[in-house]
Amino acid sequence: MITLEVNGKTREVDADPATPLLYVLRDHLQLNGAKFGCGLGQCGACTVMVDGEAILSCVVPISVLQRRRITTLEGLGTLGNPGPVQRAFIEEQAAQCGFCIPGMIMRAQALLEKNPLPSQAEIRQFMSVNLCRCGTHMRVLRAVERAAQAMKAANPARKSTSIGR
Amino acid sequence: MNEHSLSRRDFLARSGALVVSFSLSARFALAQEAAKASALPGNLKGTPMLDSWIRIDANGNITVFTGKVELGQGIKTALIQVAAEELVVEPKRINLVTADTSVTPDEAYTAGSQSMQDSGTAILNAAAQVRGILLGLASQHLGIPAERLTVQNGAVRADDGRTITYGELVTGQALHVSAQPRSPLRDPATRTVMGKSMQRVDIPLKLAGVPIYVQDLRLPGMVHARVARPPSYGARLRTLDTRKVETMPGVLKIVRDGSYIAVIAEREYQAVVAVRALAKSASWDERPVLPAQADIYSYMQRQPAEEEVIFRSQTNPTFGAGTLEATYRRPYQMHAAIGPSCAVGLAGDGIVTVWTHSQGVYPLREAIAEMLRVSREGVRCIHMEGSGCYGHNGADDAAADAALIAVVLPGRPVRVHWMREDEHAWEPYGPAMVSSARGRLDDSGKVADFQYDVWSNTHNMRPAPAGNLVPAWHLQTPFTPSPPKPIPQPAGGGDRNAIPLYKFSNTRVMHHFVPSMPLRVSALRALGAYMNVFSIESFMDELAKAARVDPVEFRLRHLEDARAREAIIMAAERFGWSRFKAQRGRGRGFAFARYKNLAAYTAVACEVEVERETGHVRVVRAVAANDSGEAVNPDGIRNQIEGGIIQSISWTLYEAVTFDNTRITSVDWASYPILRFPNLPDSVEVHVINRSGQPFLGTGEAAQGPTAAALANALADATGVRIRELPFTRNRVKAAIGV
Amino acid sequence: MTATRVILSAFIGLALATTLLAACTTLIALAPIEPPSKSSFDPAIVAKGAQLAAIGNCIDCHTAAGGKPYAGGQPLKTPFGTIYGTNITPDPDTGIGQWSEAAFSRAMREGVDREGRHLYPAFPYDHYTKLTDEDIKGLYAFIMTRDPIRAEMPPNELPFPFNNRSLIGAWKLLFFERGAFRPDPAQSAEWNRGAYLVQSLGHCGACHTPRNALGAEQKRHYLAGGDAQGWHAPALNAASPAPVPWTAAQLYKYLRTGLDDLHAIAAGPMEPVVHNLAAVPEQDVRTIATYLAALMGQPTADRQIKAEDALAHAKREQAAYPLIDRSELQIASGDRAFQNGAAIYAGSCSECHDQGRQASSGAALHLALGTAMTITTSANLIRITLEGIVPPDNNPARWMPGFADALTDEQVKDLVIYIRAYFGREPPWRDVDEELKKARTGRKR
Repeated sequence: MITLEVNGKTREVDADPATPLLYVLRDHLQLNGAKFGCGLGQCGACTVMVDGEAILSCVVPISVLQRRRITTLEGLGTLGNPGPVQRAFIEEQAAQCGFCIPGMIMRAQALLEKNPLPSQAEIRQFMSVNLCRCGTHMRVLRAVERAAQAMKAANPARKSTSIGR
Repeated sequence: MNEHSLSRRDFLARSGALVVSFSLSARFALAQEAAKASALPGNLKGTPMLDSWIRIDANGNITVFTGKVELGQGIKTALIQVAAEELVVEPKRINLVTADTSVTPDEAYTAGSQSMQDSGTAILNAAAQVRGILLGLASQHLGIPAERLTVQNGAVRADDGRTITYGELVTGQALHVSAQPRSPLRDPATRTVMGKSMQRVDIPLKLAGVPIYVQDLRLPGMVHARVARPPSYGARLRTLDTRKVETMPGVLKIVRDGSYIAVIAEREYQAVVAVRALAKSASWDERPVLPAQADIYSYMQRQPAEEEVIFRSQTNPTFGAGTLEATYRRPYQMHAAIGPSCAVGLAGDGIVTVWTHSQGVYPLREAIAEMLRVSREGVRCIHMEGSGCYGHNGADDAAADAALIAVVLPGRPVRVHWMREDEHAWEPYGPAMVSSARGRLDDSGKVADFQYDVWSNTHNMRPAPAGNLVPAWHLQTPFTPSPPKPIPQPAGGGDRNAIPLYKFSNTRVMHHFVPSMPLRVSALRALGAYMNVFSIESFMDELAKAARVDPVEFRLRHLEDARAREAIIMAAERFGWSRFKAQRGRGRGFAFARYKNLAAYTAVACEVEVERETGHVRVVRAVAANDSGEAVNPDGIRNQIEGGIIQSISWTLYEAVTFDNTRITSVDWASYPILRFPNLPDSVEVHVINRSGQPFLGTGEAAQGPTAAALANALADATGVRIRELPFTRNRVKAAIGV
Repeated sequence: MTATRVILSAFIGLALATTLLAACTTLIALAPIEPPSKSSFDPAIVAKGAQLAAIGNCIDCHTAAGGKPYAGGQPLKTPFGTIYGTNITPDPDTGIGQWSEAAFSRAMREGVDREGRHLYPAFPYDHYTKLTDEDIKGLYAFIMTRDPIRAEMPPNELPFPFNNRSLIGAWKLLFFERGAFRPDPAQSAEWNRGAYLVQSLGHCGACHTPRNALGAEQKRHYLAGGDAQGWHAPALNAASPAPVPWTAAQLYKYLRTGLDDLHAIAAGPMEPVVHNLAAVPEQDVRTIATYLAALMGQPTADRQIKAEDALAHAKREQAAYPLIDRSELQIASGDRAFQNGAAIYAGSCSECHDQGRQASSGAALHLALGTAMTITTSANLIRITLEGIVPPDNNPARWMPGFADALTDEQVKDLVIYIRAYFGREPPWRDVDEELKKARTGRKR
């Protein structure tokens, strides 16, 4: 049994420690936000956050994640009460098929927690791991900027939480 | 709201029909329907009964049925808007059910940008006619003439204040009537829902992780399967030793049928690991069946072809001095959906149910039934959303996998999810194509003679039949693909948009249909239009240059269609075409097409920057003008055109399937790169021309061709060099520019 | 540090003495010219120059990330501070637009700019000095026909005394050998061509040769391995640490495509090198491969046995994957770090690295065959583990995800210890903490 902290809750998982987090989230914990896109760490559809950093859950085994803080899409908000990044994406209608968007949202969340008011160039660079095939990119960028504004407005004194390594 | 309403008697009397209900003999009813069917709008033609489309229960819950499916193009929302408008209810009152072979109308495929034209039109009219029936019923019930009734929020109100809800009105078989050719459509000027950019109904669920996608479907007792696909098209299983795999954790069963091998396990990752072991324990006989990639274009042109002149003016074009000629090339390209294909199958109680993101659940059902050798009633296909498919991708094949494996383990839902390499290697591609254009100007600088030839495989190998499903190829008793056929004009396949909308003096267009398909091909968004518009619109620029006329002006000189002209002028104006200042390393380009010469009008202007040293090309900005007739959801149109522009930029700059003489070698995102954030334009603008009251025109595929050509033309403007082979990779651009 | 100080003091003394001498002979300013027009150059010579520039990989040091080609601004970290690559576009004010061919030639061969100032040997004129007249001419024609870009350089960040260019005069006296390439008559034409390219334009030694305390290449240890930008550039001579000894054919394939079946893909600073070599005439790349293979020589019997072991290890595990039984081969099974690392490897790395190389990036090199495991520093393995390998600018290639955020420092260390022991079969690295710290702080985001 492996113990994981997911979205603030302790979860016990009966899976081989070498199992990538993505499969555990979806298959064991029914947290379907993170998606299988490639399993190779190339597309970002599986992006979740660990200790505040965006990671690719398809290539990270649960064995390295014990005692670390895992956040998934479901931890950012719910259908009835979406978080600021989810809200921004809905307002901008930043989705076509929507499959890549949960990964985009997680990546954006990680960015904004570190860099509250990123420039366009910084957003583009940071999001570059995440692929979108429908061509929703321009809306995604607008949604990230919108989320940044919203989060800043809600919490003007918030500083970057990044710990420079 | 005042309504021009009809009593039920009036309604039926006007159409000259008798009441059609289940109490009449079926044959009579069918005859009536057949007579009317051909006159019915949209897909009411094939499914004339109103309650096939709209049902209202005693509580007033409204369910609308469509045979179309949500692909991420926003069709669910648009159809809800259409129904809500004509039924005069808030959109959230509508529950829309999409394609399910047990429940919804058969509208074949959601493809070809036909959904609004076919299903939207049907629902528009069905809803209007249902509203008419309800008014008639209310009039009878309240004893008040229809002129004194108004409709609001799912109820009918009399001017004396009495109201009666839809739920109270609808009893028995009230809606089980055939549609009429004409409908009491609401005045477009009074519209409150259609024409508004209503937020999509599916987006909040997708962004909250609600299990909407077929990839997220979890049924009780569900197990996981993976298929070990052959390593190449020509491969055949020689030996298989399953002993080690059988004892792996969680493994329930191994499936083997000829060269088709798969493993079922309790947990998904267990299936992933087990299929790798299964692949390792298999040995294959492979044959080098593929032509050389470097030679593919001349290979295509050397194959036997069925030639058809698809357009000829009264006089044949003639060429002599001053003839311009150009040949264009387009490689195999992929759908490459972000989410690989997936399906869930469940066999039991004499029926195999498959949850699938196929674009066509009815034809898929036929194919699976044939493959399983059961009657079509023995198979049910239910659509659930998948990742964007952009045409015929692996969805149907994954559904076939799920069906095949489910029958091996009856009573347990079996989930099959393709791996990334499976999708890249086995999905059907957009075919490699070659085209050649010849043109000659007259003395006034207009195009006198124009000839266009295009060589292409079929663009449609969709199921049914079973032989178009990859899993069926590998069975012990295999099914073979159907003989490829061209799609006839005016829609066309490889020849889609091969006939220019322009008026030239003498024109001849020939389609060289090549049946031989070395790589698996089928429909990719826009079909042949991507390549044909790229070619023709590139050639228009070459002609314009020879005529020394501005490219936009040149196009306008050859176009009579007022809507086309308006789209072109708007795009050019919003782009600032006449004010554009040339800078070193930058260029501008323009292109236009009317998709299929029948659907949406799309004009695209773009600016590119080119780095000569590296051959790196980036679109700096793109501006489009689009006319799709009545815009049910203008933001939905904008989203589709923006998306089409970005996707087309990716195809045009980066994408080509790679292969050696045996295998497909572009099997992941590293070997088949697509556009990423750092290379996006600075801006993409889409201006929607909304023609309220006009028929809906298909939009989803309209931007692909014009974007490619606008980019090509901008590249030529920036570098002085014309590149005619796709994609415009760095190496190709650098080589063309030279040192 | 003390030894260095002593050397430094002696050096400065010598420098003061020689500066005057040097000033009299070479530090003359050459007259500025009007930027030559593009049409004044023979296109065939320009084309040749383009190929030479590709071999020399000039664009890489002379272009900033996201900057215009050849317009400079790329920081180069050296042990003496940071130097910025200069603007070598033919811009008259901020580039070299006013340089005559003679001025260009002098810079390339003697390390002196048009105005007569010494150039820092970060610019490898100690290699370019070997260029033939014809190649200098080609390079000049190429460079002067590029787009002129107006771009000022950020000032170099060199602390005293290294910000004093006159010291370079002394440095040159001690370490700089001017002069054209001299072919070796005992060797074939192909070998000589390869030697010429490697020693001059390729400037491979600039990274692959160890340097002394004053930053000069140690000629006695030519191509015996060096450091660049935080990476270790492995030895390209008989001391090659590659688990599978390179053949000329394999070197050619690697240089041309970035990928050879039995060796790791080009990573870090080698990515742009192989990208450029893809466009160079095939024969030139073959001669480079021939020369380097000759330098590496025939592997010793000992090395051959090691190579066979490594290949057998890889083959065995690839065949068994995913049911690999590592229990027999655990070396230090009691070690906690080793055990942790083994578990991390099994979950993070095995899925791609044990399948055996195929078209997908998900089937990567078995680590028993990788040089990063066998060199004396952990720097390369750590960098690759943290950053992954991402093809530059969307070119089709191979992709390895990075694990910087997925793994904690402890986890990276354990993993690296395990990989070194289990795949490298070498004594433990001693620089893991230090290299990890450097890699973390140097991270691009």
